[in-house]
Amino acid sequence: MTDQPSPVPRVAFAPNWTARIGWLLLLLYVGYAGSQLGFSAERFSGGLEHGHRFLVRMFPPNFGRWELIAGGILESLQIAVIATFFGILLSLPVGLLAARNLTPAWISWPARGFIALCRSFHPIIVAILFVKAIGFGALAGVMALIVASIGFISKLFAEAIEEISLKQVEAVRATGAGFLGTLIMGVQPQVLPRFIGFATYQLDSNLRNSTMVGIVGGGGIGAALFTAYQRFDFDVVLAILIIIVSLIMIAEIVSGWARRVFQ
Amino acid sequence: MMPAAAPRTADTASPVPGEDRALVVRNLTKEYRKGQPVLRGIDLTFPGSGLTAIIGPSGTGKSTLIRCVNRLVAPTSGEILFRGQDLAKLSGRGLRAARRRIGMVFQEYNLVERLTVMENLLCGRLGYVPVWRAWLRKFPERDIARAFDLLDSVGLPGFAQQRADALSGGQRQRVGIARAIMQEPDIILADEPTSSLDPKTSVEIMDILQGVARQRAIPVIVNIHNVELARRFASRIVGMTGGHVVYNGPPDGLTDADLKAIYGGESWME
Repeated sequence: MTDQPSPVPRVAFAPNWTARIGWLLLLLYVGYAGSQLGFSAERFSGGLEHGHRFLVRMFPPNFGRWELIAGGILESLQIAVIATFFGILLSLPVGLLAARNLTPAWISWPARGFIALCRSFHPIIVAILFVKAIGFGALAGVMALIVASIGFISKLFAEAIEEISLKQVEAVRATGAGFLGTLIMGVQPQVLPRFIGFATYQLDSNLRNSTMVGIVGGGGIGAALFTAYQRFDFDVVLAILIIIVSLIMIAEIVSGWARRVFQ
Repeated sequence: MMPAAAPRTADTASPVPGEDRALVVRNLTKEYRKGQPVLRGIDLTFPGSGLTAIIGPSGTGKSTLIRCVNRLVAPTSGEILFRGQDLAKLSGRGLRAARRRIGMVFQEYNLVERLTVMENLLCGRLGYVPVWRAWLRKFPERDIARAFDLLDSVGLPGFAQQRADALSGGQRQRVGIARAIMQEPDIILADEPTSSLDPKTSVEIMDILQGVARQRAIPVIVNIHNVELARRFASRIVGMTGGHVVYNGPPDGLTDADLKAIYGGESWME
């Protein structure tokens, strides 16, 4: 207790009015946008009822068409593995070219532009383009996922390379090593564990996307899934969804194992 | 700006042993930013064998000077003559060929942390072996045998399979020196090799560097902050301040007045 009040009020945390106004504006806009799109309480409860009927029709899952499902899943798996393999193979040079600490600006900026271009569309949109360009089937799906892989993995590769210790690179360069020699002995050891992590992540991501490119004609389980939806065979839909979930979980285990091998 | 005082030079008149292996620096200038030179016209001759210590305050251009020699830093102007070549003029393949005969030892060792000790040593052969051999780790038997011998000689027998990030500072610096020797260098540059080490290890590291200079009869140039270590191990001392050389002579000729000229002030000498 002090006898006299201190002349200047001591404020430990000054109110941030800019942030408060920002939050308020965001809240107002969310409400406005919701009303524009016709959201209402009745619409919501109606939706719940509809959802209930949908769920009831899904059970029990119907694995009767297992040959069709297995064929689709196998094709999706092949699409994912091939797309990941070539996607990463192409991402290695592209990522290296985009790394600003090893590459002069006149190379790295065009490389970054190319990566941004690959990343600017959702894989589904790219898949539609490829289906239109080269026809229905797994090849279009593979190409679409390669583009998607380059878009993500090159950027992550470039960023990993930009974070390496240049001291180690300098030491290797000082031995008279050429550019490639510096890469394999000075750069690659530093980035390898992270590259493995990105690669397994991309395999995971491609597995998920490969189940989807089929919807637009890019091959894989997506086609069967879409057909089942359209025929209201919701029990078959559930069967396919369960299989996709278990596939992703197996992939999770495998990628964790791969990461440990290369630590 | 202080005018460049003539360096106090003791023995430039006497014949230098191994003249053809000497490193001659002529009028070397380096500006990282235009109009702000770090090195202001350095003229120096490093004798063809023996350990030369470069002392001087931080930021005076010692590191820049030795990095100009192997061209990790590109000099702005001047000549660096070594074994009949002007290192300042080299580029591309010629520069890499010259670099592989110039070993370098770093203050923070700069080992490739995730490679084993053996792989780090073999980095010293990258200028000689084709890239595919390095990539597949198919180094020539002779190089591998030499690497094992070198590990024994720097006091690290049995460390070949250890990863560099598992070593202590002193052990890392031994690997760093062994890597430089793997290059079969005609000269070794050491940039403050003992600054990150304890006093006892520092002495051991300087001992190894001095031994290399003797056994291989090559010049070893060491940037160093510790004047006592410089006096003890160097056969020649170069004192720099503000981008100039202010002392160039034998260790016993280095007086308190010289140290005052190099570092400025005198309270630190008490």
